[in-house]
Amino acid sequence: MTVAAALRADSDAEMNRSPLLSARSVVVSYGRTPALRGVTMSVGGGEIVAVTGASGSGKSTLLLCLAGILRPDVGEVRFGDRVISAESEAARSRLRRREFGVLFQFGQLVPELSAVENVALPLLLSGVRRRPATTAALEWLDRFGIGDLADSRPPQMSGGQGQRVAVARAMVTEPVVVFADEPTGALDTLAGEQVLAQLVRVTREAGTTVILVTHDTRVAAYADREVVIRDGMLDEVATGSSDRPTS
Amino acid sequence: MGLRLTDTSHTVNSDLVSTSHLVLGLLARGERHGYDLKREHDLRFPSARPLAYGQIYATLERMQRQGLVDAVSRERVDGPDRTTFRMTRQGRKELTTWLAEVETPAPFVTNLFATKVTLALLTGDEGAAADYLRRQRQAHLARMRDYTRVKTDPESSLSQVLAADYALSHLDADLRWMETALDRVTGLTEEMP
Repeated sequence: MTVAAALRADSDAEMNRSPLLSARSVVVSYGRTPALRGVTMSVGGGEIVAVTGASGSGKSTLLLCLAGILRPDVGEVRFGDRVISAESEAARSRLRRREFGVLFQFGQLVPELSAVENVALPLLLSGVRRRPATTAALEWLDRFGIGDLADSRPPQMSGGQGQRVAVARAMVTEPVVVFADEPTGALDTLAGEQVLAQLVRVTREAGTTVILVTHDTRVAAYADREVVIRDGMLDEVATGSSDRPTS
Repeated sequence: MGLRLTDTSHTVNSDLVSTSHLVLGLLARGERHGYDLKREHDLRFPSARPLAYGQIYATLERMQRQGLVDAVSRERVDGPDRTTFRMTRQGRKELTTWLAEVETPAPFVTNLFATKVTLALLTGDEGAAADYLRRQRQAHLARMRDYTRVKTDPESSLSQVLAADYALSHLDADLRWMETALDRVTGLTEEMP
């Protein structure tokens, strides 16, 4: 049984008691520049948590650590009962493919591939055959109301359409956690808002946990709660008592 | 949607609009009697104070004298007479002019938050000012979550969504100010590199 399956099998009450994902005393430096200076936080199953802070505050670094992309210099990151910060790159890579979905602001779609090929990609990479992968991809495109764009390539789409395809791609593996770093940019457009509303609706329906990194409080307001990072540390006062750091 | 948007300081509030212009706007799509006008107003502007019948009838009578509305018919349904009104050509002209008129932006914005921070600094307690800003920020974001829920609820009407958008933009502006204020306040106490 995978960690994801085990966690899904847990009762809701159990999931609320034990965090799904947590960071403890995480320190990361880029050369001599400290990015995170001992961050402790945790996220429960099915929660949508916004990680906010000014640019350079360390919020994206925290996301990279939680997603197992970056290994902290000090401290640990846990997913369920796995200490993923202690695992090899290969193990973390497998974990990301199976349990996590990622959504980044830039460079998210492969311009040479059609929308349906882009969405099917994570499934193909994790060994699903082409036909079922394509079927699943088409279903997700339909759920986001862009089934008619299946054969379009990213350069032929509007910004909002491209974002929808990217969200469909992050959801196609039915991940336990979606990591989104400024998924809709500065949310200056109605299209951006609609994509975000769709992401939140779909992940709530699926019970997916979402870590949403943003500098925009209007984006953060879509989450259940907010974790504020300031100068590489958790701003405990601004974050409030709603956060439940692991003991 | 269960949540009522009662925080009128952040919503499009028809209290700021003259009752005559409200009535003209509500008559734009056809004739109505006072009861219909009240019902439609309260439905379209859920965050505004409900209109009182007396206020509507007094306004309609005055507008009739001014030639902005006409009484079209009178009917009796289980009680007092109900008069149906419609907008005159002059009324429509008045409405069109008013709708196109640019409003003067407020010359200053009252800012309780800035006053509190300033007074906290005057008492010499920078820590308390910063602490207050952080907690105020949290309260603002909680309110923004409420409005976001209203905005994304498929049951919400366009009026509710527009009011929520307006409120969110204002709360967001407050939050940006708080961030800057926090940087300035904490900068006072931190040693410069």
